[in-house]
Amino acid sequence: MSDSTRMVLHAFAALADLGEEIAETSDFEEMVRSALHVVLGAMGIRRGAVAEFDREHDALHFVAARGYDEELARDFSLTPRQHTSKGNGNGAGSLTHALQDFARVEHEVHDRFAGAGVEVVTPLVVRGELVGVILLGGKASGESFTQEDRELARALGRHVGVGLHNHRLLREVARRAEENQRLYESLKGSYNDTVRAFAAAIDCKDKYTQGHSERVGKYSEIIAREMGWKDEEVEAIAIGGYLHDVGKLVVDREIINAPYRIDAKQSSELNRHPAAGYEILRPINHPFADIPLMARYHHERPDGRGYPEGLTDEQIPAGAKIVSLADSFDAMTTDRPYRRRRTFDEVVADFRRNAGRQFATPVVLALCRALLKEARGETRPRQMMRLLGRDYVEERTLPALEQLIADLESGPHTTVMQA
Amino acid sequence: MTELPETPRPSQGPGEVAVVYAGDYVNKMSGQRIERECLTRMERGCRALVINFRDTELVNSIGVSILLGVIDEAERRGARVAFSNVSLHTLKLFELLGLTRLVVLADREEDALATLEEFSTTPPGH
Repeated sequence: MSDSTRMVLHAFAALADLGEEIAETSDFEEMVRSALHVVLGAMGIRRGAVAEFDREHDALHFVAARGYDEELARDFSLTPRQHTSKGNGNGAGSLTHALQDFARVEHEVHDRFAGAGVEVVTPLVVRGELVGVILLGGKASGESFTQEDRELARALGRHVGVGLHNHRLLREVARRAEENQRLYESLKGSYNDTVRAFAAAIDCKDKYTQGHSERVGKYSEIIAREMGWKDEEVEAIAIGGYLHDVGKLVVDREIINAPYRIDAKQSSELNRHPAAGYEILRPINHPFADIPLMARYHHERPDGRGYPEGLTDEQIPAGAKIVSLADSFDAMTTDRPYRRRRTFDEVVADFRRNAGRQFATPVVLALCRALLKEARGETRPRQMMRLLGRDYVEERTLPALEQLIADLESGPHTTVMQA
Repeated sequence: MTELPETPRPSQGPGEVAVVYAGDYVNKMSGQRIERECLTRMERGCRALVINFRDTELVNSIGVSILLGVIDEAERRGARVAFSNVSLHTLKLFELLGLTRLVVLADREEDALATLEEFSTTPPGH
């Protein structure tokens, strides 16, 4: 085999090695180090370095170096451009731009590292953009670089350039994803603030139920979590709780604030609020589905005696069933102008009576379990106890609650209910 | 391809000669192993290294680069490197790439050791 054939075979093998290193090495710096090894080993060069070209800051960032550790700083700022274009501004340039960039970089690298024995600077150009350079020191053979050596360096450089370019794209994708995430969080924060503001506006209209919407949101969240719903579903049900009474904004204030039991006509007017709430919420592009339905159906009952549509158990959305119980639970446990709040014993008795009728049994069960855990101090923070008041759930009432849980668990309607 | 054990000889004291076996395929992984062993020996004071290629069938580009790095490091530390038992195919490659200009070449490990023993007993600067 002739020497030239042997060198060509070695170069081919080097190209294959390089492709493998670029494709299979996940660590960027390790990939560049290996690529540099391949280039140096392909031509028998003792020293070399790979630098990324940062067009934005007009600088070189050395990613890997062999034998130049002391001479090469991590970053290398180029002399500011004079009368040269900065390209088209979107990062992708023409080959002319790449060559202009390279001419400057090559010139400065030679100036700066002449003493360090840099003999060849190879551009790494991808899609008309200079992405980096390879600096090559002298050959171990002591011979000068031939035209073939330079061609081989360029051929290997194209692969290294693609590796650098891909890494740059990945970094950009990661940066944009992070930016989008921040934007999303910020939008979500604004949305949540708006929801809270709405809830406050709803409750302001009703002087006797201050904080009702917020409490319904909290209870709904606790029930959903107890039922094993996922985080985003829990977040959605809380929003549903906050907004369930938004339709009251269109109901006459006199009716909402009547300090007596309202008559049939007034009741009919009040009962418009679920449908009105749905109409208000429907055009809004909520981050969670079903929120308008939670408002529309939070007065439906599994036994079909609810309103506005008289749906039965399976027809009522799961979220609406939770909001319905949270709403009633808050109504039972807060004072109203025409009655005092119920005792916890009475609430437990109501749950027993109405599970499967007014309220979905799995939802009642979840609320009872959550209450019991909080009362026993098994969950922190004790959000419901804080909302209900420290002494509302007395120790003596817990056996009745435990018995109710046991009875509901052994009953027929305790299948797990998903969002 | 099989790898040889990392420490074929007991560790040497300062000034002694160390032998490192290259294995059958000198690539990134085995090259890094050779580099590690050579650096460890030099850190312990070894001033002469023999890299024995008796089982080596192939050296790829990364392997060549790592060997050049070992030679550079040895030079920096004032140590010498010998290659022994190099096959004709590998020898030709080393010649074309200029490695043979930088190391002592010996047909057998014993010959390399003898040449380097001479070097290692000569104090630096003489």
